[in-house]
Amino acid sequence: MLDQEQLIDRLVKGMRDGVIELPEDVTQKLQEYLQREDSGIAKQQLSAILDNIRISHEDGLPLCQDTGVQMFFIKAGYDFPFLNDLHRAIPIAVKRATKEVPLRPNTVDPFTGKNPQDNLGPHMPSITIELEERDDAVITILPKGGGSENMSMLWMLTPAEGFKGMKKKVLEHIVFAAGKPCPPIIIGLGIGGGADFAMKLAKKALLRPLGTQNPDDKLRAMEEELLHDINELGVGPMGMGGRTTALAVHIEYTNRHPATFPVGLVVQCWCDRRAVIKVNKDGEVI
Amino acid sequence: MEHRFTTPIKDEDISKLEVGDVLFISGTVFTARDEAHMELLKDKGIPGFDFNGLVLYHCGPVMRKEDGEWKVKAAGPTTSFRMETLEPDFLAMFPIKIIIGKGGMGPLTLDALKKHNTVYSSFTGGAGALAAKGLGRVREVHYLDELGMPEAVWVFEAKDFGPLIVTMDAHGNSHYEEVNKRSSDNLKRIFRERGY
Repeated sequence: MLDQEQLIDRLVKGMRDGVIELPEDVTQKLQEYLQREDSGIAKQQLSAILDNIRISHEDGLPLCQDTGVQMFFIKAGYDFPFLNDLHRAIPIAVKRATKEVPLRPNTVDPFTGKNPQDNLGPHMPSITIELEERDDAVITILPKGGGSENMSMLWMLTPAEGFKGMKKKVLEHIVFAAGKPCPPIIIGLGIGGGADFAMKLAKKALLRPLGTQNPDDKLRAMEEELLHDINELGVGPMGMGGRTTALAVHIEYTNRHPATFPVGLVVQCWCDRRAVIKVNKDGEVI
Repeated sequence: MEHRFTTPIKDEDISKLEVGDVLFISGTVFTARDEAHMELLKDKGIPGFDFNGLVLYHCGPVMRKEDGEWKVKAAGPTTSFRMETLEPDFLAMFPIKIIIGKGGMGPLTLDALKKHNTVYSSFTGGAGALAAKGLGRVREVHYLDELGMPEAVWVFEAKDFGPLIVTMDAHGNSHYEEVNKRSSDNLKRIFRERGY
């Protein structure tokens, strides 16, 4: 049976690890790009980022003061029996993690400006559940920062503008965003589905670890082309010039309504924090 | 050029700075984001607090009270551009000498920097743990109850806080403008090459 206390403990630990330890795939990419960089300022910025990753790990400090809003993406089996427990445990764990890690209290009432100090709110934290053919549940925690989130976009293109229009918009937008989302960034693109769906796909695209290939050949080619062109722009780390503007472009798609061509774009900062927790069908937290 | 300054920072030290210079700062550094800018402007400052020659840091830190004392846990810069419309009034009211932030600011602030002989410098965005090391001890905090932890005015006694890169100097030069011009040119070139 599922032990609710143990589950909450593991979720709190997941959030702690999430904001202190950068996933290895991100650190590796940053090191890779540092080797390719030839501008002095760009090298200095990337080195400061790598120093910061080391200090966070050694001293157990949050990587970035913006510990984000906690987003939860759950993939669960159709018959996974503990979804209700999981759903109940998450807000309790968020409240505890805010105090214990600590996380910065980051949820503000848009009307009163009041900060409840616990990272909760109506519909907060955001929990996305997808059911599929499996017997366990995989929970990915994405602490999402505000500076990068502010650079999100939705373009309702005409089908005639299509992919060419999308690529133009993306490149123009990266020039506009410049240093604001804390480059080197990771770009998630969602194509098709409708306005909300495209945005959701764009955010989900960020969950894929860096350096993993898109299994779809046409998407992989498009990701590589866009990444190449974005890094040709010369925005550089922190928008201070250089060859490293993005570490990856990830694309997800679904079919579109014949009259529409929605493209969602979500930006993730270099501090691409993620943590994964699994609960098996017997309720054991792994 | 590398410079080490201690607050209160003098006008002649600021005038000699150029884009690309590296700074390390000791002394009083205070944080203010959007809300704190608006509050400070409305209240015309904090009674008994002398802004002369101090350093303004665009930052909303993670703090924790340990044994009755506030400790800084992570304190990287926030996106400075949100303060673009507020900064000219802020600089007119408070004689600070250095702004620290990330991402740079626009023409309104660039003009105000020139007018008030102030520079804007950049600390690596997201490097919150690294920043916490240099910020040191918390001397005081204002507006904590009203604005909450990220928006409050935290006053630090910094020790060799840096490296900060001067990216907007007091002579009207902006490193961000230069980079932006280059990336806009590159954009045109890519569009041409790709036939967009």
